[in-house]
Amino acid sequence: MKESLILQSSARYVLWTSLAVSLFILLRGHNEPGGGFIGGLVGALGFVFHALALGQGATRRLLRLDPLAWAGLGLLAAALAGLPALLHHGEPFLTQQWLAGTPIGTALLFDLGVYLVVVGFALAFVLPFLEE
Amino acid sequence: MARLADWLLALPILLPLLACAGGAALRGRPGAQRMLTAAASAAMLLSAALLLGVVDRGGPIASQMGDWAPPFGITLVADRLAAALVLITAVMYAACALAARGDAALGEAEPLWHPLLAALVTGVAGAFLAGDLFNLYVWFEVMLIASFGLLVLKAGAAGRDAAVKYAVLNLVATSVFLIAIGLTYGLAGTLNLADLARRLPEAPNQGAVGAVAFLLLAAFAAKAAVFPLFFWLPASYHTAPAPVGAIFAALLTKVGVYALIRLFTLVFPGELPWVGPLIGLAAALTMVVGVLGAAAHWEIRRILSFHIISQIGYMLVGIAIATPLALAGAVLYMLHHIVVKANLFLVAGAIRRAGGSFSLAALGGLWRRDPWLGLLFAVPALSLAGLPPLSGFWAKLLVIRSGLEAEWYWLAAVALATGILTLYSMLKIWLEAFWKAPPEGQAAPPPLLGAERAWLLAPVAALALITLAIGLWTEPFAAFALAAGEELLGREAYIAAVLGGTP
Repeated sequence: MKESLILQSSARYVLWTSLAVSLFILLRGHNEPGGGFIGGLVGALGFVFHALALGQGATRRLLRLDPLAWAGLGLLAAALAGLPALLHHGEPFLTQQWLAGTPIGTALLFDLGVYLVVVGFALAFVLPFLEE
Repeated sequence: MARLADWLLALPILLPLLACAGGAALRGRPGAQRMLTAAASAAMLLSAALLLGVVDRGGPIASQMGDWAPPFGITLVADRLAAALVLITAVMYAACALAARGDAALGEAEPLWHPLLAALVTGVAGAFLAGDLFNLYVWFEVMLIASFGLLVLKAGAAGRDAAVKYAVLNLVATSVFLIAIGLTYGLAGTLNLADLARRLPEAPNQGAVGAVAFLLLAAFAAKAAVFPLFFWLPASYHTAPAPVGAIFAALLTKVGVYALIRLFTLVFPGELPWVGPLIGLAAALTMVVGVLGAAAHWEIRRILSFHIISQIGYMLVGIAIATPLALAGAVLYMLHHIVVKANLFLVAGAIRRAGGSFSLAALGGLWRRDPWLGLLFAVPALSLAGLPPLSGFWAKLLVIRSGLEAEWYWLAAVALATGILTLYSMLKIWLEAFWKAPPEGQAAPPPLLGAERAWLLAPVAALALITLAIGLWTEPFAAFALAAGEELLGREAYIAAVLGGTP
């Protein structure tokens, strides 16, 4: 598959398109169907396509960190999203907190964490299969 | 400031979760991973001790995650039993992390060991604190994923074979659990344990309630390795490195036992006449089959694995009889057994390092070469067999006495006989590994010295001290177990803590 010129030249555009779509789905999940999980899957698809076309080494370089490290950072973000409630507001763990008057709150951080966990784990599973 | 209860219930799950996330993010930096594990386990020990103190003084506490009112949201609850188990989980986390530092067999797999161990501890602590059935199911899945990962960490072909058996058989059990959850929700319209305790007696179809109870019994019995659903355990535990085996032996089956205790004291308390005799029969068969299986084997890890099964039987005796004394026996037995069994697996790791093998035929002469190791093996081994004045004696005493008081004479007799056969197995390891002359023509591995010795034996010695403390200074532990037993049968304090109102 690596010899296909069309695939190789389109891989980068497919990656950025799917990342843009995945971010849209992530943010849309706030009030409508979507969210971090499905967004993460769409994002991971873009990376898998990239790895199919250009080899998993190129994808790993693009990611900079190991996929599992991305998953770890995501889990960290999701877990930390529960803390403001305990620290500042005297409410139980994971209670939603809003940034004064905006729709931006801890739910977004949580969802972003889920997104990273899904992308990280999906790639940690798939990339080893594409090793030369 | 948030209520203390909100902090105390979130921290035992949050700390290992952060350690798991951080450990994954710090891949490739073993020094930082080790610091993180050390910090997380120390902090978890502190917060769990505080939780136990608060619960022991003031009764059960609950926290509603995300501030969703019960029974709709996720509730975390701790009573005496749950808090004590969380504390002992934190102890196991620290002990296994220390022992792994000295275990060369685990060495290069370390980048994944730290996050996976933390994930397993997260799942176990979550299961002990979960206040509703579905949440409990989720924590079971977290445990299953993490333990599968740990099993394949350093696995060769045999290890992968064991891991697949382990995962498939456990998935069957969790599927049964999930089906039972669906049926429960259809019957009662709620999955919150405290709410179920109120609603299920009023459900129109009591026959279906019995069926659900049976399905849940089967699912948790498989998790706890109860006869006849134990076969996944001896098929998988004997391939794991010693620290992995230790954390598995300590915690995984006990979560199943905990779920059984919670379910049959809180949700189905004494309304189903078949439950007691059925669990009693399963308890007797589990004890006998486990101990006979152990007697037939000559590899240390296999012997210890079969003993896990046989010891689960003792805990079931408490659930079957279900008097306050019997439940106190089950509680004390769980606490004692977690410490002792983890310790035996850790000693097995040290024996392998000092003697070169897990197989009794290839071992010998260890007593002459390393008498301290022999002493450290003797404490948990004799405690497992139930010799006074060690912790196992008091735990067995409570269980057998409750059996006699409730006139379950045959069950008490089986428990006594199992104790004697356990002693036989432990003596077998002692005679073969420590006492007999080393097999000829084998070069002994270099003696266990220096830092490696400290890492391997420090957690063993610490756990042996806990065993001795329970054995020699039994009064507070027994009083605590009795209070926990009363609290389990009392139910009302737990329900009031979750749903509000006065007990």
